[in-house]
Amino acid sequence: MLRDITIGQYYRTESVIHRLDPRVKLVSTFMFIISLFVADNVFGYALAALFLGMAIKLSNVPLKFILRGMKAIFFLLFITVVFNLFLTPGNELVKVGFIKITDEGIRITVKMVFRLIFLIIGSSLMTLTTTPNQLTDGLESVLGPLKVLRVPVHEIAMMMSIALRFIPILMEETDKIMKAQMARDADFESGNLIQRAKNLVPLLVPLFISAFRRANDLAMAMESRCYRGGDGRTKMKPLIYKKRDGIAYLILVLYLVAMVVLTILF
Amino acid sequence: MIRTENLVFEYIRRDEEGNVEGITRAIDEVDLDVKPGQFIAILGHNGSGKSTLAKHFNALLYPTEGEVYVDGMNTEDDDHLWDIRQEAGMIFQNPDNQIIGQVVEEDVGFGPENMGVPTEEIWERVEESLKAVNMLSFRKSSPNHLSGGQKQRVSIAGVIAMHPKCIIMDEPTAMLDPNGRKDVIRAARALNSVEGITVILITHYMEEVIYADKVFVMDKGHIEMQGTPREIFAQVDRLKELKLGVPQVTLLAHELKKSGLDLPEVVLSREELVQELIRLRDRNGK
Amino acid sequence: MSIALSHVNYIYDEDTAMAHPALIDVSLEIPNGQFVGLIGHTGSGKSTLIQHFNGLVKPTSGYVLFDGEDINGEGYDKKKLRAKVGLVFQYPEHQLFETDCFKDVCFGPKNLGLPEKEVELRAYEALKMVGFDDEYFYQSPFDLSGGQKRRVAIAGVLAMKPEVLILDEPTAGLDPKGREDILNLVARLHEEMGITIILVSHSMDDVADYVQRIIVMNKGRVAYDDEPRNVFRYYKELEEIGLAAPQVTYVMKELAAAGFDVDSEATTLEEAKNEILKVFKKC
Repeated sequence: MLRDITIGQYYRTESVIHRLDPRVKLVSTFMFIISLFVADNVFGYALAALFLGMAIKLSNVPLKFILRGMKAIFFLLFITVVFNLFLTPGNELVKVGFIKITDEGIRITVKMVFRLIFLIIGSSLMTLTTTPNQLTDGLESVLGPLKVLRVPVHEIAMMMSIALRFIPILMEETDKIMKAQMARDADFESGNLIQRAKNLVPLLVPLFISAFRRANDLAMAMESRCYRGGDGRTKMKPLIYKKRDGIAYLILVLYLVAMVVLTILF
Repeated sequence: MIRTENLVFEYIRRDEEGNVEGITRAIDEVDLDVKPGQFIAILGHNGSGKSTLAKHFNALLYPTEGEVYVDGMNTEDDDHLWDIRQEAGMIFQNPDNQIIGQVVEEDVGFGPENMGVPTEEIWERVEESLKAVNMLSFRKSSPNHLSGGQKQRVSIAGVIAMHPKCIIMDEPTAMLDPNGRKDVIRAARALNSVEGITVILITHYMEEVIYADKVFVMDKGHIEMQGTPREIFAQVDRLKELKLGVPQVTLLAHELKKSGLDLPEVVLSREELVQELIRLRDRNGK
Repeated sequence: MSIALSHVNYIYDEDTAMAHPALIDVSLEIPNGQFVGLIGHTGSGKSTLIQHFNGLVKPTSGYVLFDGEDINGEGYDKKKLRAKVGLVFQYPEHQLFETDCFKDVCFGPKNLGLPEKEVELRAYEALKMVGFDDEYFYQSPFDLSGGQKRRVAIAGVLAMKPEVLILDEPTAGLDPKGREDILNLVARLHEEMGITIILVSHSMDDVADYVQRIIVMNKGRVAYDDEPRNVFRYYKELEEIGLAAPQVTYVMKELAAAGFDVDSEATTLEEAKNEILKVFKKC
């Protein structure tokens, strides 16, 4: 199950989306998420689906791979559905005991589900097509102006990229620790909530110790390779806008305009 | 290239409440002198102080007493900190915990980026470094999909890209399988003989040190033995006392000699042993 | 008492683009009390194979039988199986979590639902069995040396009183003395307790002196499965799959080729020494 999480992973292949400037992808993802909250009718969502579908197609990342990552957020989706479906006031359609489903409830539920799915797919598509280093560079550059406000932009970006690099490693490690404890008949599945939380101790202690150890090692390795923060650092892959980035921005603007128009018109 | 004078390193042990329990001397009056271009091996069992020593060569640790000089620069001199780290590169044991980039070439570029090398030159350095460790075809790969030996070679490339004069390898093969081990050692030897980079290899695998110019054996923080591999491996019993062994062939020759065969003091390779035995037979035959 | 695998296939990441076979048509039987070496380099399938032995991984097809019963069959009690087939993973850091060693070793028997007295007795016995001094019992396992950590990890599994003990690379990262100590410990466990031992390693040198049988894995298949001396007869083929025979094997082969009257199949240092001395005594 743990290996199913694709959010934050990089999928290596050649595509126009992979080659786009990370700033374009960051801005687009951000604007796309905003557009999801602007959209208010079927046409809006259809447009968002079209936009997202096009991006996935262009990215050469297999749809199957992206969808696999959705398994991980199934629980989140489930809660969203339950809360919205049963707790929204409006015209009653079905009523069983104190549970009732309203027409407004269904409308909001469907909307929320689509928003959430699009949001997750959209942002995972960004991480799937952008290496953490590019992401770091992109973030650093996009958030650059905040440096004036003494926000440690470089440090934040670096921390994020390292966290992303270690996610798959720690996932694998979790799997190994679980197996090692299961070989000693540890039980991670039964019992009530408190019991289960207690049962996680044999998993979490080795995991945390290992994570701290890795952090310590990595800090040393970075220092020994002359890392001293963002000042005076050059870039192996400096960000330079190309023609395709301009085209991408243009498409993004067209998409946003279309979205606003659709929302106002219908 | 690297010189230590009366190097002592102590750390304070504390109990759970933070009270001082005692002082442990991890390095005890070590004097060594590594000449440029040498291939040096430092042997020792786990906990003998060899890794602590290595960290002094890169200014990751500072001596409690005594001095460490890297290319004439004192490691405690802050003005030279980054020069020292650039000149004396470091490879660590765990291949996963020293790769920063998620793509091989980006990781190799990390060091030069930190040093402020211009973009174009970074690319040149990345390419030549990956070539030197025979990993160029993996430049676009994710490190997570590489074997342990390949990851270590990427780490080595990352250090070479900083154009060091010396590479310190702290048990680079401890977590690898035999194939990975061979590849890493081959890469280290090539750097030494082709590029002329000084190599300091820290290990407890005896097979890896037979090509070294000089071997230091550490125990309890000080240098117990030093000499050429041949001189060191001649002392099989002494090595065993220091919780080390000798390569199987050397051990076989040692046992045969003990049983009365007229073999040389040390035999390092199996070719050598076979040659010696043939020579012995022919002489006996006559 | 035996473990048997019948035509086991295992496909990794099934149903995805990255699907690839990890085990291909593996059939083997490990009788009670045998000391087996399982050799293969990284990615050969040996780690996947041992996880089949105690049911941590389910075969994609084929059967795993313990004492003749299908362990993946319906209603089979896997918890009991895991007590009988003990598996010690490569890194002790993956299983040690308690505040002291003694408590950590208690974890396994406690999970079996045994009374506290029995749990503590077993933990005590297990720690003694691996040669652990009383004075370290209440020390944090994280402060121990690599070799000591491994002992605690092995004790943690021994305390469940397994009939089969599987050790995944128990000597990785240890210095020569540490390696020898752990291997001697394992050999002693086999001798004194009579339990089946499956020792996983990528080093022929490590296992050749100890085991009765060697199973060589390559690319998910069983490549060789025989007594050590018979397996090392294929030293050239072994080299092709990235596994060398012990150094003495080469010496003996080369001596035989040079016309020496020695048994070219000697695999241990002791055998080789005696063979060579025999030749020179004759002269």
